[in-house]
Amino acid sequence: MLSDSPVAVEQHGPELLHHFVDAKQQRDAATLGMWLFLATEIMFFGGMFCAYLIYRFWYYNEFAVGSRSIDLKWGTINTAVLICSSLTVALGVRAAQMGKRKLVVVLLLLTIVFGLTFLGIKSIEWYSKFEEHHVPGRSFNADDLVKAYPQIHIDPQREQIFFSLYFAMTGLHALHMIIGVGVFAFLTYYAWKGRYTPEYYTPIEMGGLYWHFVDIVWIYLFPLLYLIDRKPLG
Amino acid sequence: MSEHIISSKLYYAIWIALLVLTVVTALVATVDLGPFNTIVALVIATFKALLVVLFFMHVKYTSEKLTKTVIVAAIFWLLLLLVLSMADYTTRLLS
Repeated sequence: MLSDSPVAVEQHGPELLHHFVDAKQQRDAATLGMWLFLATEIMFFGGMFCAYLIYRFWYYNEFAVGSRSIDLKWGTINTAVLICSSLTVALGVRAAQMGKRKLVVVLLLLTIVFGLTFLGIKSIEWYSKFEEHHVPGRSFNADDLVKAYPQIHIDPQREQIFFSLYFAMTGLHALHMIIGVGVFAFLTYYAWKGRYTPEYYTPIEMGGLYWHFVDIVWIYLFPLLYLIDRKPLG
Repeated sequence: MSEHIISSKLYYAIWIALLVLTVVTALVATVDLGPFNTIVALVIATFKALLVVLFFMHVKYTSEKLTKTVIVAAIFWLLLLLVLSMADYTTRLLS
């Protein structure tokens, strides 16, 4: 009957909430809840991917020209930056599992640096689109694209649809990145304070799941936005 | 008490694979494969996403069937949305 005595209850740390049997059950519950949240996020982004699919089907030429006009070099570099950030997250969770506090802090900080690098590069790309008048609205002008790609017939007004989706999708993704950087700032602070142990590192693991999810969204955005039509024009 | 800890070598291997696939997908896009350009790009993206989900997100090592069910259901919902929408839009007669 020792397991039912109050003494046994006191053997775990204060982070184990009383309605869970043990730390594993608490962690599994958190993981399940996080994946349920990510499922709603998949549907959130899914609506945009669906709109993208329909308009790409209708206005393929406008999408092809729009895709050619965004910078493949920055897109590829940004994909690599996000992949590096996912590595530092994975290694950060691993360091937390092993209780290496300083390593966790360093890896989480590196993740924030990669995240900010991504946002910085994204802002360079957006800035050039504003300069080229490729932002949907009154000042939108795609005449330069009509001239640049005479082989592909486009309606310059319909070109706005591609750029609307480009800004909406990369914008929603960037918003998730900004939130991710905020979450990781908190995680870094509490990791530095020593809140996380090999028995309790659930917040780092959950923050990591969120970060990896945002990375996966970009893994799809990269080919869908940057690689629609990069074939040499005959 | 702690969960299964994956060796850091495996994490580095996944990282290298993801970087290589990124370069490959960007290079393949510049070669004319006809309609296969889009298919190749999406297959590579899905393979990359799979590597992230299975290893970085530890899904390969989880014993929780409920978590896996949620993931499969989420992908199924997404495919329902995309496939049924396209089944409509691709079969309309545009006047």
